[in-house]
Amino acid sequence: MKLDEAVATLHAAELALADDFRELSALHAAEHDVHHQAQRFAKQCDAHAERLMPIVERYGSSGGGVDGSAFSGELLDDLRDLYVAAHETLIMWIIAGQGAKAARDEELLQVTQELQSETDLQMKWALTHIKLSAPQALVS
Amino acid sequence: MASERIADPWGPATPYEAGTAWPVRVDAHSDGEPERWVQSACVLCSNGCALDVGVADGRIVGVRGRGVDRVNHGRLGPKGLYGWQANNSPDRLTRPLVRRGGNLEEAGWGEAMDTVLERARSLLDEKGPSAFGFYTSGQLFLEDYYTLAVLARGGIGTNHLDGNTRLCTATSGQSLKETFGCDGQPGTFADVDHCDTLLHVGINIAETQTVSWARMRDRLEGAGRPRLVVIDPRRTEAARHADVHLPIRNGTNVAVLNALIRELIENGRVDQEWVDSHTVGFEALAKTVKPYTPEHAAEICRIDAGAIRAAAELLGDAERLLSFALQGVYQSNQATAAACQVNNINLLRGMIGRPGCGVLQMNGQPTAQNTRETGCNGDLPAFRNWQNDQHVEQLARLWNVDPLTIPHYGPPTHAMQIFRYAEQGSISFLWISGTNPAVSLPELARIRSVLADERLFVVVSDAFPNETTELADVVFPTAIWGEKTGTFTNADRTVHLSEQAVEPPGEARADREIFLDFADGLGLQDKDGAPLIKWRTPEEVFDAWRECSRGRPCDYSEISYEALRGGSGIQWGGERLYTDGRFPTEPDYCEDFGHELTTGVTFTEVEFKALGAAGRAMLKPAPYVPPTEEPTDEYPLILNTGRTVYHFHTRTKTGRARQLVDAAPDVWVELSEADAVRLGVGEGDVVRVESARGRVDAPVRLTGVRDGVVFIPFHYGYWDRGGRDGHDRAANELTITLWDPVSKQPIYKTAAVRVERV
Repeated sequence: MKLDEAVATLHAAELALADDFRELSALHAAEHDVHHQAQRFAKQCDAHAERLMPIVERYGSSGGGVDGSAFSGELLDDLRDLYVAAHETLIMWIIAGQGAKAARDEELLQVTQELQSETDLQMKWALTHIKLSAPQALVS
Repeated sequence: MASERIADPWGPATPYEAGTAWPVRVDAHSDGEPERWVQSACVLCSNGCALDVGVADGRIVGVRGRGVDRVNHGRLGPKGLYGWQANNSPDRLTRPLVRRGGNLEEAGWGEAMDTVLERARSLLDEKGPSAFGFYTSGQLFLEDYYTLAVLARGGIGTNHLDGNTRLCTATSGQSLKETFGCDGQPGTFADVDHCDTLLHVGINIAETQTVSWARMRDRLEGAGRPRLVVIDPRRTEAARHADVHLPIRNGTNVAVLNALIRELIENGRVDQEWVDSHTVGFEALAKTVKPYTPEHAAEICRIDAGAIRAAAELLGDAERLLSFALQGVYQSNQATAAACQVNNINLLRGMIGRPGCGVLQMNGQPTAQNTRETGCNGDLPAFRNWQNDQHVEQLARLWNVDPLTIPHYGPPTHAMQIFRYAEQGSISFLWISGTNPAVSLPELARIRSVLADERLFVVVSDAFPNETTELADVVFPTAIWGEKTGTFTNADRTVHLSEQAVEPPGEARADREIFLDFADGLGLQDKDGAPLIKWRTPEEVFDAWRECSRGRPCDYSEISYEALRGGSGIQWGGERLYTDGRFPTEPDYCEDFGHELTTGVTFTEVEFKALGAAGRAMLKPAPYVPPTEEPTDEYPLILNTGRTVYHFHTRTKTGRARQLVDAAPDVWVELSEADAVRLGVGEGDVVRVESARGRVDAPVRLTGVRDGVVFIPFHYGYWDRGGRDGHDRAANELTITLWDPVSKQPIYKTAAVRVERV
């Protein structure tokens, strides 16, 4: 993977994660906190992808697509899949940020520094809800 | 006298100047000559006004304020003066009820308790502790709550115990935890006597805590008048007295508060030396508020930028700033984030822990503080941290149980989640004590269907039949204030003793006694096989609580029934907390490791330690996030719900006091003049207010509510409709199932609605 591919993969990961959040929200509409916050996160991922778009175009790589999660409809399972998808996206931010430093790409570096913490928070949000829902899901 | 306090809820002014004592004015109302007076305090709001109960012929016949008390200096508000009549109402529940063949029928205590025990035993066998939920109140006594907390957390071992305090004070407690590391009101009502500037954020205190408003009003009318800044979408009584009123659009508290903080920073009004030595997080806060220029915030809040600057100047000029927040913050968009910004304003100015310098994150209900303290509202007893194994060990030793019995794998389950588990069917047993969720929770059609579901066994303890008892499987009649002895703690940490004045009606019993019977019947034991709960009398429970709280921030060990008799109520923790500028943020002492304020992400011990607070307060920032449900073409207006001065909650008691009923007999809808003109309706015309979830039909009142906002009082339900059908009277037919991600308090103040003439 070179930097152009890393940027394209990150962009694709954000798009896939946006879809994941939207699907999570739709599947779990009766879990009101998950439902509403997932919609906010979906829009945040859209915004991330939009911010990355000019950089992707500048590098000109079509990159590989990123598959969305295959949710089961069970809240705990779906949050686990979401956590993994968010974590993978976070890793792509870290990789792209490292690449930006090495390539002295200030635009990319600034975007990664600004937005990476939001993805980190998305991941931690999934973990918070995994911890909350596991006991009742497993032992009730 | 009787009608006086209805027409003038605050009574005659007794103006006084800064630094002098608030004059005593003893208010009283009775329907006959009392033979004796019994010491107590009012349970009809969080102010906790001390009063004596007048008794004649074994009945309550009146009340009079206690001039000796630090809270009210003798005064009583309209609810306190008249609300006691509910005790004598013929509507009281006097015998247990058991559902037979679809109908609730009277039964003996033995039969009713056996019915509950039988279901409880079989569920414990089949499904275990997580099938049990307990949803309690902010209106019982400390002794009832602590008994319930030990029963649920140490006996049954369920994590699903919460109070209706989730709806009224969860954000108060949570914001104190986020900023100071622990619950506990920093300020005191006596700070009103010393302040030179008052900040009210989302608090209609002239209606919600009338006696504290009287104290402020007396300062405002006395020499050396303090300045007053009011942030509220409604033109409230306090707003009419304000130097600057910011009538923000509902749901935009964080935007306006961020702008005020930005102005304080830009204008050099931060006490930087104090901030550097007593807080952490200044840089991140300054960075977060940077974009919130007065113009930017004015656009979000739809107010005048100049007014924001004027308010910031007053806050910046203050030498003794006293800040208040309530439901306009706690039940609105970004509840905890906004409440924390109120804390931040006082911290930035270094104005906390000194006379006149403080924060009062107010409570709603009279005993909500005890629900929070005893572990009935989302924390472990005595502000212990569920993530701290040492704290769990302390409780296990105290109760002589295995630490694993006490669930601490997550924060205790909040009310909205308890109802969700009931909806899913994983909670099968729900015991509701002293609260009426069928009128007070959001989206009532959903709540009714949860409670009516046959899979859910519902036990309700209450003093009156109401919309919730109607859906119960077993109802226990309860003894209330005046009919049992116990203690409770108001919004400024003042503990009052309330002695039993009369016998409860019929077979009604105190909640404490009912819970003890249940614990005995289940055979709950400690790890040596002795009964888990070893106390019986109220004073024995209180003494057990003193031990439980010893060494914790809410330390009651020096307060006894004896000390509470005769004089004034006593504040735990002293008059003010944090007088030395040290805060309970040591990791092994704090109540909570905190959260990220916009998403509710729970911080771990490692993340908390990384903040490096260790005795300093935490300046937590939050950007403005728009409300989840914004107005649309279909539902173009924003619904605001709230209280009237004459009623409390779902009027279980105030709806049974003649003066209060006459003062506000039925629901209404407040509109702005401009919206009324646009809708072609005038004062008194009946309109239909609809949201995506339900409707309310009610007559219009034209008030100072801002354009685009509709206000409906939330008190009215269905028990006193004279047989009229339909669910079109309770404001919560319209509200949305949604809660703050940090405090988990439901958001009652931003639902989208439309209004049509009927």
